[in-house]
Amino acid sequence: MRNRMLSLVPAALLGLAAISFTAVPGMAQTPAKSNIKRTPDGHPDLQGTYDLATMTPLERMPGDPPVLTKEQAEKLQKAEMARRTSDGGSLPPDGTGKPTRSFFELLERAGGGDVGGYNRLWLNQGTAFTIVDGQVRTSILIDPPDGHVPPFNAAAKKRRANAYGELPTSDQAEDSAKQDVAVATRRGEYDNPEQRPLSERCLLGFGSTSGPPALPDYFYNDLHQIVQTGDNIMILTEMIHDARVVRMNAEHLPKNIRKWLGDSVGHWDGDTLVIDTTNFTDKTRFRGSTENLHVVERISRIDDKTLLYRFTVEDPQTWDRSWTGEMTWPATNQPILEYACHEGNYALGDVMRGARMQETSGKAK
Amino acid sequence: MVKVSPRLGTSCVLFATMAIGIASLSAQTYRAPRLPDGKPDLNGIWQALNEANYDLQAHVARPAMALRPGPYGPVPTAPVLALGAVGSVPPSLGVVEGGEIPYKPEALKTKQENAKDWLNRDPEIKCYLPGVPRATYMPYPFQIVQSTSAMTFVYEYAGAVRNIYLKDPGPALTDSWMGQSVGHWEGETLVVNVTDMNEKTWFDRAGDFHSDKLKVTERYTRTSPDTIAYEATMDDPETFTRPWKIHMTLYRRTDTQILDFKCVEFIEEMLYGPYRKHPLDK
Repeated sequence: MRNRMLSLVPAALLGLAAISFTAVPGMAQTPAKSNIKRTPDGHPDLQGTYDLATMTPLERMPGDPPVLTKEQAEKLQKAEMARRTSDGGSLPPDGTGKPTRSFFELLERAGGGDVGGYNRLWLNQGTAFTIVDGQVRTSILIDPPDGHVPPFNAAAKKRRANAYGELPTSDQAEDSAKQDVAVATRRGEYDNPEQRPLSERCLLGFGSTSGPPALPDYFYNDLHQIVQTGDNIMILTEMIHDARVVRMNAEHLPKNIRKWLGDSVGHWDGDTLVIDTTNFTDKTRFRGSTENLHVVERISRIDDKTLLYRFTVEDPQTWDRSWTGEMTWPATNQPILEYACHEGNYALGDVMRGARMQETSGKAK
Repeated sequence: MVKVSPRLGTSCVLFATMAIGIASLSAQTYRAPRLPDGKPDLNGIWQALNEANYDLQAHVARPAMALRPGPYGPVPTAPVLALGAVGSVPPSLGVVEGGEIPYKPEALKTKQENAKDWLNRDPEIKCYLPGVPRATYMPYPFQIVQSTSAMTFVYEYAGAVRNIYLKDPGPALTDSWMGQSVGHWEGETLVVNVTDMNEKTWFDRAGDFHSDKLKVTERYTRTSPDTIAYEATMDDPETFTRPWKIHMTLYRRTDTQILDFKCVEFIEEMLYGPYRKHPLDK
């Protein structure tokens, strides 16, 4: 079955640079634990299936403090569950314009409503905030402390200004029912399949679900599986069945070998798995970055049911500073299903044909 | 006529006898390195080295997969003509035990139609997931990642993956392209029972197909540090008169990693090129 998706960027589009916080969560500390599961070679056993679905967005919503009290979190979680059951299964139609502070409501407005939009049957969203070091977090991003991806630097702005249309990025939504079709048409977004979002083309999951960094997509198919040997650690992403084989204690591939998910090599730093990823393609473009994107992930085991996932992203051609996020990966018993996206991809052809039909019938605005 | 000296003839026979002896001996007695749980270690990057993906059955070389009648025998069809010798089909003694795939009469007709309409029907052409056993012998490496608690096969072609359940999770929730794989060990051999595949995958480029009733039993047995004996038995009463079996050797690749072959991207021009705002020249 084919899944469609929408923009995960509204939070970023809100452009809330003015909010500043004094209280900022520190980097979570992960003291060595003697009682965690270990593989026969003595390293922490990171294996299992994990559900990344969470209520904590990558970037902090306006007005949110960095950390919620347990009471605040429970109240918000309850309100969100009530919101999800109050609409009788259909998502709010797009373009109602009603102001909302709900991260999920913003996303759903983009994905619901119109023909082909979602209803709630599709969704399998997080029901709780991520808790790290006992802190209920309102953003995965912890550095910069304001919980926002740093602004594009001059090089990135120049690159994007020169681009014909805006080329899709690996975290981008598959489709945005809310986007202004007239504007999109003017920018040429329907001219060629290469200009469609990577997830609409079934090349990568939306929301950087494959990563790295592997992030929640906030809609569905958020499962990841880890299989661990001494030489390799395989991280399978349910969406697009993307398997990333991390080669332990190995050197990176030659620079001319590029991969959609980059080339990942790993080593153990005490009880923490450190994964270094470079060699991205110039088509991956996570958050608008270049092929020189460099991601360092640190995965450790908190307890038998939980991993801590931390990542740092840098690309000097895109941001003037690196940025870091962290979240827990709770284990799940749900089975990973086959996400055969391309095999049933009627939407991409229909989108292209639709655009041509509009042109020939003179309806393109 | 070439005369073989009695002495040379004898030594040839002796050598052949020895070779057979060594082969059967090693198949029976090679003991694979073990994981800490005592199970044979199948970790590594493996690849078949044969022509099975062209046609499982024995065949002579032919000019192309897609043929049309020429004045003196078949010639390539127009869409594949430009490929020349690159588009031709290499010969093979086949990998099917007994030589023939035992199709039911109606199914054989479908297979022949498939072969005739190969360009439109072979799921490989559209970069669809390959199913089992085809994933094993496509001309791309695959990696087995095996720990004491889990096992995943990662294929380079189309980024296909298979989780090999080591504990039967019960019937699959739905059919899928790669099916549901449940593995268990019989001594040196990993036996994988593959069920719940859809009817859309093929066995090769020759139109060999199956229904959604197909059950595949695979056997992976290490026969040396760098080889796996691979067998797959196909059971699909809707399509075949009896179960049938293929066998081949898988070889260890030490000179590669699983790189990207996201062919979805490569077939966009074929599938969507005509719908560009400015279609490219034909």
